[in-house]
Amino acid sequence: MLKTFPKGGVHPAEGKYSANSAIEVLPLPKQVSIPIAQHIGAPSKPLVAKGDKVKVGDKIAESTGFVSANIHSSVSGTVVKVDNILDSTGYKRPCVIIGVEGDEWNESIDRSTGLKKEISLTDKEIINKINESGIVGLGGATFPSHVKLSIPDDKKIDVLIINGVECEPYLTSDHRLMIEKAEEMLVGIQILMKALGVNLALIGIENNKPDAIEHIKKLVKDYPGIEVHALKVQYPQGGEKQLIKALINREVPSGGLPLDVGAVVHNVGTAFAVYEAVQKNKPLFERVVTLTGKSVKKPSNFMVRIGTPTSDLIEAAGGLPEDTGKVINGGPMMGKALNSLDVPIVKGASGILIMPVELSQRKKEVNCIRCAKCVSVCAQGLEPYLLNRLAQLEKNDKLETDGVMDCIECGSCAYICPAGLPLLDYIRLGKSRVSQIIRSRKQ
Amino acid sequence: MSATILFTIISLSAIGATAAIILYFVAQKFKVYEDPRIDQVDEILPAANCGGCGYPGCRGFAEAMVKADDLSPFYCPVGGNETMAQVAEVLGKAVEAKDPQVAVVRCSGSPTHRERINSYDGASSCAISSSLYSGETGCQFGCLGLGDCVDVCDFDAIYIDKETGLPVVVDDNCTACGACVKACPNVIIELRKKNKKDRKIFVSCVNHDKGGVAKKACKVACIGCSKCVKVCPYDAITMDNFCAFIDANKCKLCRKCATECPTNAILEINFPPKKVKPANPAEGKETPKAESKETNNNEINKKEG
Amino acid sequence: MNKLFISPSPHVYEDTTVKRLMFDVVIALLPALLFSVYFFGMGAIIVTLTAVVSCLAFEWLIQKYILKEEPSITDGSALVTGILLAFNIPTNLPIWIIIIGSLVAIGIGKMSFGGLGNNPFNPALVGRVFMLISFPVQMTSWPVPTGFNNSYTDAVTGATPLAVMKEGIGAGESVSAIMDKIPSHMELFYGYMGGSMGEIAAAALLLGLGWMLFRKVIKIHIPLSIFVTIAVFTGILWLVNPESNADPLFHLLTGGVMLGAIFMATDYVTSPMSVKGMWIFGIGIGIITVAIRVFGAYPEGISFAILIMNAFVPLINMYIKPKRFGEEVKNG
Repeated sequence: MLKTFPKGGVHPAEGKYSANSAIEVLPLPKQVSIPIAQHIGAPSKPLVAKGDKVKVGDKIAESTGFVSANIHSSVSGTVVKVDNILDSTGYKRPCVIIGVEGDEWNESIDRSTGLKKEISLTDKEIINKINESGIVGLGGATFPSHVKLSIPDDKKIDVLIINGVECEPYLTSDHRLMIEKAEEMLVGIQILMKALGVNLALIGIENNKPDAIEHIKKLVKDYPGIEVHALKVQYPQGGEKQLIKALINREVPSGGLPLDVGAVVHNVGTAFAVYEAVQKNKPLFERVVTLTGKSVKKPSNFMVRIGTPTSDLIEAAGGLPEDTGKVINGGPMMGKALNSLDVPIVKGASGILIMPVELSQRKKEVNCIRCAKCVSVCAQGLEPYLLNRLAQLEKNDKLETDGVMDCIECGSCAYICPAGLPLLDYIRLGKSRVSQIIRSRKQ
Repeated sequence: MSATILFTIISLSAIGATAAIILYFVAQKFKVYEDPRIDQVDEILPAANCGGCGYPGCRGFAEAMVKADDLSPFYCPVGGNETMAQVAEVLGKAVEAKDPQVAVVRCSGSPTHRERINSYDGASSCAISSSLYSGETGCQFGCLGLGDCVDVCDFDAIYIDKETGLPVVVDDNCTACGACVKACPNVIIELRKKNKKDRKIFVSCVNHDKGGVAKKACKVACIGCSKCVKVCPYDAITMDNFCAFIDANKCKLCRKCATECPTNAILEINFPPKKVKPANPAEGKETPKAESKETNNNEINKKEG
Repeated sequence: MNKLFISPSPHVYEDTTVKRLMFDVVIALLPALLFSVYFFGMGAIIVTLTAVVSCLAFEWLIQKYILKEEPSITDGSALVTGILLAFNIPTNLPIWIIIIGSLVAIGIGKMSFGGLGNNPFNPALVGRVFMLISFPVQMTSWPVPTGFNNSYTDAVTGATPLAVMKEGIGAGESVSAIMDKIPSHMELFYGYMGGSMGEIAAAALLLGLGWMLFRKVIKIHIPLSIFVTIAVFTGILWLVNPESNADPLFHLLTGGVMLGAIFMATDYVTSPMSVKGMWIFGIGIGIITVAIRVFGAYPEGISFAILIMNAFVPLINMYIKPKRFGEEVKNG
């Protein structure tokens, strides 16, 4: 029996069209727009102004707090301006816009391709390096990684969990990374283990990626303390809480963090970025992005510089299909629909999904028939039909006691609803209202 | 037989009497003293329970007023000055008359003026749409048209015009309770002083983008040119981040700004047509589009009201 | 380029719709319908058609002219109600009674609460119980299953095995003596007995259950908990005194237990949302059914049992919650 989390979950059609496309390096764009807020937490402070020359890897915006991250230039060239540009949040946000001239890298970056296994830095130095390199969770949540590695004194961590689940349908960027950059990733995991001071790391991979599982299983023999586990295909297994439950059968308490059960979760992409930052001194300015969709001519995985316009990726994959109805930044379950194709790729963008028109529109809404399918698929044990109703009626107290803050916004309820109700839309609204109330209560 | 009936009557009466005695003592024990004036004030209030006063319902408002020494922070927008005067009389306190207000929608971005560049397909709620992205148009400040304001209005005073996709306030029904102002995530709706004959002059735009960007997204956007600021003889107009604002308390309705505005972002409503212009009843300005639309809306208002 | 659609996540949906679920239920009802036609002949067809057509008609009329909303009869829920109503009545029932029953089922049982999804009681059962109370004679003269030899209007009527059992025990006969008067268990399983149109053939109803489980329309919990409760309850009574109590299998195969447990109690709208709640609901139905059958005035009690438990569903939903992720850790 393959491991998985015990309650709820759905299994949408996988549609992993790009699973066999090797990672290609995307040609340099003409201009990049790098948003200064690409992570959870305080936006960074721009360090450059119009006319400044920058090289690849130069710091262009500085972290403004503990929960914040540095941002580095992904290209070499001249800063055109710092202005508000429509980004993947759907709003105009401050971005550093750089005109590309050549490809000159900051001298401190080690551009050799050889694998460097020896870890020379101490744990404190590693965390500093990760902080300095602007690494955030690359699975999509974009939580600054150094925060997750700085364990408070009263907590004891005994296991590092590496998320190679990629439970979102369509996306394959982590999958390709695990096949093509497995050794680097494993060294990255060792670095993370050293930073956390743990002797055990578990890599969880869903069973729909047998090639990746086999490949890493072979390599992992040389890396003591790292284990690979195949998991049953079940969405939302990539959720931290579900993954911890599936791998080590510990339940993160409601409102708590993985820290509370002695675990830290990092994505495989993050592990790779950590390797590059610590061993090669290369800050985070590029990442693997899947460009896929049913009608896309050439579903691909690209190594993309942060700030590249989405349209560049689409061109490289054979152009925008005629029947495009929706362009999604991220996977189909949790991704965000884009309202412009000029939106820049950010650190958290694991894929761009192009949906044909016939799959772009929602089902027609009808009355709730109380079929309880939403209750049975909720991996958090909530009652989405009830939360939806309470959110519509703005019963915020009741929402809180019924656990709206436990919702991980995975979208399984809205996916399964035969009545086509926008359950998650309202639950998310209720959640944001309740979290505001909770915040104001704390003050 | 008669014994049975007699027994039934006696036993039921006994139960009734016992229950009455128990109830009497319980009522005595749990009696709560309540200022009788609360009931009197509550009687005067319009019982709309709209929350426009900032208190949970009319009863809560009445309690607060009875407790308070000074009535000046209290105002019932529904009942208006008349109600407040009655309340003051009951409580033996003074109250100042306040200017009645009315809600105005500060956006004219109908599809003809403001092109739809994508189509929203989520739940029909402005709050959800605005938490997701900046809306169907290139303007990220304007009306989303999904009707959260209509949903919260207790007085049928606002509806979405099908043609323009924008909310329209029915002046006669509007009590200025402020529910729509709170509901609008983009803060487009504003409570303004009510003028005689419902005349209004206001900047019907809240776009803070630079002129060019704003104009590209919407033909009737305020582009921040400051012409109105210069022409206003009463210093009623201020410019904040490329968007003009007319202070209703200073404005004397001279309409100079409306004539001056190059994009027709300033609306003049319920005024007679200007004499100097050639006779054209539906419009009084250079570019008729926005004006005629607005006039139409007001005609609709009249019919509805 | 087309205008891009923008909506909050998720962006993919399972292709199940309310309509598909309803039509899966209709498919699941078909075997039982065929069995009924085989046993009862024309009467079954007439009753089913009357109930279905009048349910659809009343739903359409009420939505169109009273509620003034877009009629939604194509969603199949009125169709299911119509068939279930037909399944719950004898096949020789006069047409006018069926029409009145349909009006009550749709008008009072469903529409007066706000239509699909808002009714606290199963509409078909509301209709059935209304007819049972208003027209007890017509509702309890069941035709004997003779196939197409049965003419609709003056079929030979007889009592159901349950009624025979109840009367017999009441008259002091021993169960083994009564058993000789009624069909064998195997015949009961195939449905060779008098009774309401759709309740007779346990085999066909179980086939329907299989289909609904296969299509994931319903979960097993409610039918299973009802069967288990009835079996255990009647089993105990039977073990204590086998001469004055029928055996559990007899109780499961006769009357409306199969139809009720599989199709009526599992109605989405009127059953609990959580698995724990479903068990409580099912056990409640089982206990009440047996209590009415053994101790009550009526020979059959499942429709009352379901209606009674329907009333408790909001309460069950309020207090029986699914276990939340991470909840235990917090408390312990």
